[in-house]
Amino acid sequence: MRDIAIVSFAQLPSERRADPRDEAEMLEPIINEALGKVGLTQDDVGFTCSGSSDYLIGRPFSFVAAVDGLKAWPPIRESHVEMDGAFALYEAWVRLLHGDIDVALVMSFGKGSLGSIPDVLNLQNDPYYVQPLGLDSISSAALQARALIDAGKATEKDFADIAVRSRRDAMQNPFAQVKGEFDAKKILKEEPYLASPLRKSFCPPLTDGAACVVLATAEKARAICSRPAFIRGIDHRVEANSLGLRDLTVSTSARLAGERAGVGKAKVDVAELHAPFAHQEIILKEALGLDSSVRINPSGGALAANSIMTAGLTRFGEAASRIMDGSAKRAVAHCTSGACLQQNLVAVLEAE
Amino acid sequence: MSDHLAAPYTFEYTYRRSMGPVIGRFLEGLRYEILEGVKTADGRVLCPPQEYDETGAPTTGEFVQLRPTGVLKSWTWVAEPRENHPRKTPFAFALVQIDGTDSCITHILDAKSPKELETGMRVRVRWAKEKRGTIQDIECFEPSSPILLGPVHLDFSVMPGVHQTAYLRGFEQGKILGGKCKATGKVYVPPRGASPVDGQPMDEYVEVADRGVLTTFTVVRIPFEGQKLTPPYCFGAIVLDGSDLPFYHLISGVAYDEIRMGMRVKAKWKPREEWETSVENILYFEPTGEPDAPFESYSEHL
Repeated sequence: MRDIAIVSFAQLPSERRADPRDEAEMLEPIINEALGKVGLTQDDVGFTCSGSSDYLIGRPFSFVAAVDGLKAWPPIRESHVEMDGAFALYEAWVRLLHGDIDVALVMSFGKGSLGSIPDVLNLQNDPYYVQPLGLDSISSAALQARALIDAGKATEKDFADIAVRSRRDAMQNPFAQVKGEFDAKKILKEEPYLASPLRKSFCPPLTDGAACVVLATAEKARAICSRPAFIRGIDHRVEANSLGLRDLTVSTSARLAGERAGVGKAKVDVAELHAPFAHQEIILKEALGLDSSVRINPSGGALAANSIMTAGLTRFGEAASRIMDGSAKRAVAHCTSGACLQQNLVAVLEAE
Repeated sequence: MSDHLAAPYTFEYTYRRSMGPVIGRFLEGLRYEILEGVKTADGRVLCPPQEYDETGAPTTGEFVQLRPTGVLKSWTWVAEPRENHPRKTPFAFALVQIDGTDSCITHILDAKSPKELETGMRVRVRWAKEKRGTIQDIECFEPSSPILLGPVHLDFSVMPGVHQTAYLRGFEQGKILGGKCKATGKVYVPPRGASPVDGQPMDEYVEVADRGVLTTFTVVRIPFEGQKLTPPYCFGAIVLDGSDLPFYHLISGVAYDEIRMGMRVKAKWKPREEWETSVENILYFEPTGEPDAPFESYSEHL
């Protein structure tokens, strides 16, 4: 199997409501930045894959318009997933394994501010049994958080501590949205429940954002990047859609994906986990077997910025950046999708 | 820049969904208040029925009729419903394991407050009045209590007896009567049929004062079944002037933290036109403002 590495990453600053740029206009600067960092142009790209969801902006086939952010004429090899950009990265990784190209461009964008994300995400639910009930994403996550508390695996204080740590770490991340010193006791005392037991600080912010990653095969990667982040394992697992068919206090899909990606084969320095809700970090750490020696989400994670469709690819970009900047030798990147961690994509990134 | 263009925009898919033999049967059953689950290949029962179980195996098509009751497995209280929520007033989303099944149904749960809810509690289906063959034919779940109410209600006509009658007649005229013990000379309020000292009849009535000494008291702050008064309220033992044993009534007209043993109190009577044959002609006892009685003067009554 060919060795493939992340060689470059660029992202827009995460914001509550981005400026009036459309998708192509959001992508254009970061595509050029990501390629420019490693001395490439769009002519060097053999395959392009994007991740986005039309439901976020209510515009069918908006991803087609986003291709305008590329140099797409004469026609290029291009694909799209109606998923987070991390899943586009997975497809690009598979495409590079074919052997005929050596560079792939992965990008994603999310402009969630135009609609009501919690309501949009109800469309992930079963259309016969659950959608008619209006089960928004915060409420479904709250059902999971309550199950975790009832199982004795976590307390609200744990949730608050995760939120405080994430937003403190985000102060070092110029692209993060919600950052600063928060007080766990104050959160528990003063913040009302959005959907008990979830308070605002245990939930992700509403974020607009875009991200771009460049993948290259080993030889090319070494030529254009001083310290590529090699993808040593990557796997994706999905569970039943119905919440009632799952044990919400564990993530079997994340566990299996982590095992298949080889997370436990050696020491992990840093993990970027896509845990939009604070309690999900606890579930993911257990599923991936990450102990307290692993630095979790130095970027601040999804509690500091959660652009839907981009936050997962950003975790891959941030984890790869820790390898590329020399601060880590082995990193875990993770992306989730669906209600209550239904889908989980896990990769292990390593320096050579 | 302030000239960013923005306009409202609505996005709709007017889908019509075919239901198939599994979901279709389940939803049609709800119309007739029939709740069913489906068996999986490995013998479990899923409700709501699924075409495939979580392992990806097709379910068997064998349906099992269920009782409309179950256990609350998880819940979240929605204090401020969103526009797309099925209710405008606070409610809970819930995962309910229907009795006899191995999965949970997602639905809403009706309660007045999250304080009524506890994971593991029993719940039941509340059927919608008008049914359309949709998941909302179950209007919601509601808590069901394992407690069977067993009220006992019996009507009697009570008679107070000769001495209590004299006592109550006294109140008709604004008098408090006591009974005098022939052996000891002590005055009991209310009068008793016989002296507890020598067992002889106590048929000499004496009028006592409507004021006296508060010997002890309690402030009731907790509610209980059948309570007539709203807490907090104070109940006291009063030795009326001219009597030798305490009599019990409400203490009021004073802050509760100022009530003390030895305090001199007097009756607060209802307006005369409201008097009945009742001790309730006295609303309560209130401080007279006189100096407190020394402890030794009432210590034998404690």
